[in-house]
Amino acid sequence: MNAVALTEYYRSALAGRELPGAGLAWLSDRRSKAFAAFQGFPTTRDEDWKYTKVAAIEKRLFQFVPGMCIGLDEDDIEQYLIPGLDSYRLVFVNGQYMPMLSSKRSEQPQGFTVASLSLVLSEQPEAVESVLGTIADPSDNGFAALNSAEMADGACVILPAGQVADKPIQILYLTTAGGDDIVAQPRNLFIAGDNAQATIFETYASMGDSTYLTNAVTEVSLGANAGLNHYKCQTESGKSYHVSMTQVDQARDSRFNSHLVSLGAMLARHDLNSVFNGEGGECVLDGLYVTDGRQHCDIHSRVDHVQPHCRSDEKFKGVLGGRSRAVFNGKVYVHVDAQKTDASQHNANLLLSKDAEIDTKPQLEIYADDVKCAHGATVGQLDETAVFYLRSRGLDNEAARSLLTYAFVGEMVDRIPLAEYQQVVRGHVLARLPGGDMIRALM
Amino acid sequence: MLQVKDLKVSIDGKEILKGISLDVKPGEVHAIMGPNGSGKSTLSHVLTGREGYDVTSGSVSYLGKDLLDMEPEERAREGIFLAFQYPVEIPGVNNMYFLKAAVNARRVHQGMEELDALDFMDSLKEKMALLKMDDSFLKRGVNEGFSGGEKKRNEILQMAMLEPKLALLDETDSGLDIDALQICSDGVNSLRNKERGFVVITHYQRLLDYIVPDFVHVLADGRIVKSGGKDLALELEEKGYGWIEGIDAA
Repeated sequence: MNAVALTEYYRSALAGRELPGAGLAWLSDRRSKAFAAFQGFPTTRDEDWKYTKVAAIEKRLFQFVPGMCIGLDEDDIEQYLIPGLDSYRLVFVNGQYMPMLSSKRSEQPQGFTVASLSLVLSEQPEAVESVLGTIADPSDNGFAALNSAEMADGACVILPAGQVADKPIQILYLTTAGGDDIVAQPRNLFIAGDNAQATIFETYASMGDSTYLTNAVTEVSLGANAGLNHYKCQTESGKSYHVSMTQVDQARDSRFNSHLVSLGAMLARHDLNSVFNGEGGECVLDGLYVTDGRQHCDIHSRVDHVQPHCRSDEKFKGVLGGRSRAVFNGKVYVHVDAQKTDASQHNANLLLSKDAEIDTKPQLEIYADDVKCAHGATVGQLDETAVFYLRSRGLDNEAARSLLTYAFVGEMVDRIPLAEYQQVVRGHVLARLPGGDMIRALM
Repeated sequence: MLQVKDLKVSIDGKEILKGISLDVKPGEVHAIMGPNGSGKSTLSHVLTGREGYDVTSGSVSYLGKDLLDMEPEERAREGIFLAFQYPVEIPGVNNMYFLKAAVNARRVHQGMEELDALDFMDSLKEKMALLKMDDSFLKRGVNEGFSGGEKKRNEILQMAMLEPKLALLDETDSGLDIDALQICSDGVNSLRNKERGFVVITHYQRLLDYIVPDFVHVLADGRIVKSGGKDLALELEEKGYGWIEGIDAA
């Protein structure tokens, strides 16, 4: 389908919708501007999408399914939640907010907001007016534009100045088994005022193996000295497509700690961007990906050091098997005034098959002269000396290889400070690695 | 228990071992001494099944089986243990998990029950005490960031846990100060018994003051040029390897 026909298709798909906050002029304006920026999906002619073909997404006419009745209860979703985690919870199924599965109104936090975006748009739109749609740029790419043209629902967390969330916030995005051809466009907005602090978990999972599209945009606004720990785990159906953009705006002395796990989907693309708009900010981007079969996973990050004395530290590790392919493109952009920048970036990959492919490109662009920057990328296979060492102690070849593979990527699992969540991620990773059961038995 | 007969081994077409014969019986300690490049490490690698070596002739029989026909892990499970000259660092593989996997792989192979967590820990702690290793070691990656002495002690610890029938020590003494050497040697000596055979490969006679051998063989240019009792080591120390090269040339 050509771009014109595609645009037409999504125009009519959106036109028939009653969107939340439809009466708000500022919102309608942002939506229509975003739709005007939608000129179809990116192609491999775009430098940022050079290695990631989305033609398969373009060919399929995904449908919005608002108002669909979904009869799920607590038991159905339990296995997708972080066990033992006392949290404020928001649950979305096939893109729709599920109040019955989310924290009850009576269990709402005191002093801050954890709600669906649609509810916030109807009850307190002024709380998000200055931020929603202003951090993530719809013209960045067609997916961001399409998401911004809808901006119907997603998770919204608003912490006023000085507010420290008393419990973490857990957001589950689930797609049901019969969810073929659905497009879900979560639009998340996390606002932390000065000195506010919170921990947020985003989990993207599937109940079956349907073919659908998740196209998420998360905007994060951090006030002065605010802190957000952001964990995202993507284990969607192997036939699905997951495209997401997380865009962070950091005021002075703020801290953004991000940990991204990408394991599922036929095609996963994550854009993870942060801008230091004040001095003394810190941004940690950790993550891991495991791909197999014909999976494709693309991690694109960009950190803009606009102001001096900020620190960014990025580390991603990937394990690639089968005929899978991964892309890592991390850019650190040090603007002319950003003296004393401390930026490091590292990507390491382990290839388990000769047909797997990684395109890794850590990039530094530096326009200030007093900075400390380091970057590096490695692509390797298992160390045969280490394999022999383990075999010489009686482990069979397969077990030795499994152990070394897990050890490689396990470093990124161990970096998760919260034990309950570390356990969840470890389980997902082990389930995808050869010999995972054997390793689990050792622990 | 181990019979090596006229073993010839090449690497990339170059002959390293030029006909080695060795007969180790249960309870015996054999020392193999020789200068650098004499083929000491090649012998230990071939016996443990490392890839990249071509056995061009000869045979190795271990407890009546053709050793060269076995995979490295099979040899280990049948009771062969090699203490590496250069133990490998494996970041991220937890020492304790690794040891447990190794111990239980061997036990299952030998028809024994797997050790449960408690019995395993008891046994491990006891042996760690013997080798003066502290608990922090358990949580670290295998040899990750270990000093030379710690790596060698870790090899002996693994040996103690795996209770081999035949232990090969490849230059376990190289790079150790006298205290570490004493600890490692005590570890080895505590494992000596009537059933267990040892082949101790070393460059220096010093080790044999601590681990006293029954037999000493001198390896030079891929051949055993002289065999004798423990006194041979002293004679070698006194006269130097030049003496042996003289014999070899003659």
